[in-house]
Amino acid sequence: MARSSRLTAYLALWGLLLVSVVAAVVFGPADIAPLDAWTAIFHHLGLVAENPLPLMRDSIIWDLRLPRVLSALGMGAALALAGTVMQVMTRNPLADPYLLGLSSGAALGAVLFLLAGAALLMPIGAFLGSLGALALALSVAHLLGGATPSRAILAGICIAALASAATSLLIFWSATGGSYREILSWLMGSLGGAGWADTGMVALGLLLCAPVILASGRGLDAFAFGDDAAASLGIDIVRLRWTLLAATALLTGVMVAIGGAIGFVGLVVPHAVRLVVGSRHRLLLPMSMLVGAIFMLWTDTAARTLFDPRELPVGIVTALIGAPAFLLILLRYRRIT
Amino acid sequence: MSGLVVEGIEVRAGGRALVAGASFAAPAGGMTALLGPNGAGKSTLLGAVLGQRRIVAGSVAFDGVDLRALRPADRARLCAFVEQTAVTAERLTVRDVAMLGRVPFQGTWQSAPSATDDAVVSACLDDLGMTAFSSRLYHTLSGGEQQRVQMARALAQEPKLLLLDEPTSHLDIEAQLLTLDLLRRRARAGSTVVLALHDLNLAARYCDRLVAMKSGRIVADGPPAAVLTPALLLEVYGVHATILTVPGSDLPLVVYDRADSTFSPTKSG
Repeated sequence: MARSSRLTAYLALWGLLLVSVVAAVVFGPADIAPLDAWTAIFHHLGLVAENPLPLMRDSIIWDLRLPRVLSALGMGAALALAGTVMQVMTRNPLADPYLLGLSSGAALGAVLFLLAGAALLMPIGAFLGSLGALALALSVAHLLGGATPSRAILAGICIAALASAATSLLIFWSATGGSYREILSWLMGSLGGAGWADTGMVALGLLLCAPVILASGRGLDAFAFGDDAAASLGIDIVRLRWTLLAATALLTGVMVAIGGAIGFVGLVVPHAVRLVVGSRHRLLLPMSMLVGAIFMLWTDTAARTLFDPRELPVGIVTALIGAPAFLLILLRYRRIT
Repeated sequence: MSGLVVEGIEVRAGGRALVAGASFAAPAGGMTALLGPNGAGKSTLLGAVLGQRRIVAGSVAFDGVDLRALRPADRARLCAFVEQTAVTAERLTVRDVAMLGRVPFQGTWQSAPSATDDAVVSACLDDLGMTAFSSRLYHTLSGGEQQRVQMARALAQEPKLLLLDEPTSHLDIEAQLLTLDLLRRRARAGSTVVLALHDLNLAARYCDRLVAMKSGRIVADGPPAAVLTPALLLEVYGVHATILTVPGSDLPLVVYDRADSTFSPTKSG
């Protein structure tokens, strides 16, 4: 990509993202005009003094829809970023943010907390569960002789299977109708009821982890030909790998805690973007974030509006769109290689 | 002395010594070839020099500096390595791959190559005859083309020490000459070049010094004419060799045959 077309692509994506935010706020059971949305947002940002909107309408925009849209956006950016990193570091095109057992561990943690009667603390349970699973997977890999990509993947699969079995067992023995539905919806991933607190958590996760990952673009480039090649290009591979694993796990852990295990975003978006911009990570990482944000924003909007008044778990929508999209990408790869 | 000095290196794996007490020197401005059969320890020795292999004994110094004690980034600006094969699943163009050689020179937040980076990479691609391939995807190239791109990447590191593991193994005969010529020019310009080679005649023609290895040990070290003897080639490779002279020059020309061959144009009967 030439320098000028790179700039054009960034501007276009940022523009699309901004327009999407307002458009997504407008979509929903209560009719909101785009102008109202702009007015409410600008008013709350202190840019417009007067707010002519009725209180109810203003609240729908500012308290319900905007935090949800922003949470979806941040989550999409985070998952796409985490997925890109996982794919490079494990040198595995099938890798996604949940590869090392993060989602299964999170599910186990969440279900444990839920069944213990602490439904409100479910996100914390999920966060602890995901980090626990990752720590276990990496220790197992270490026991096998060092956290190389293939060992980490195998250990991750093992831990994920174990955590899933434990989760199923717990649900089988103890869940009643109501909590079963809640668990199921959480397992499939949903942003239902996301408020400003969730938006804040997503933003915090991104602010903490994204800069670390974005600063590693050079190192990730050097990984293209494997560990030894990266080392001979002056990359401290052990330090880079642990830094990135920690940042990715933290980022994914926060996202899983808030939205559940939303699938396919972290798998499909990096592939789609790579197909267009190539594998130079200083370009690929930020582009994946932007595309992930836009993708997630629209799938979540579809999830909450398509079968109104019932809401679909967004994980179902991302899978419905993501799976065929993944297939198309694979076919396209085949044609041009 | 200036150049690479390797002393008493020992590398072990699975209770076995892959390299046992290897010492040799590769002077600056010269080309040094590592010879020996498969499994002799050539690649392991190169890996040990680079710091990619843990050594249990010995030392590696380049221009008097302990290579293995340098910070990775400093070492990468001093020393470049070309693997025998390098494959990737990433979608990188030939130019992207050659540009990896500039990684050690770039800042963390630098989003695009500098003008120097661009100029160096263009020159290196040109040197290896790969300019026309610049925008082709690396993984669609043939083995020999990939090897040339990797060499362009290594040269883009502007290294004072260049280590190559069988850099001509996938190249056609003309490309072999072009590459070794290029390496020798780099050496004459002051770099130190060390390469593992299988072709004895190419080694004799282009290298100033040959180091022969067998079973992890160095068994001969010296100028081509001193190393390439029938006795040594029988010891190292188990072949019966005849050393001729290239007509019109004093270069040795090695012709060889298996010791127990039943078909041989060089033997009578």
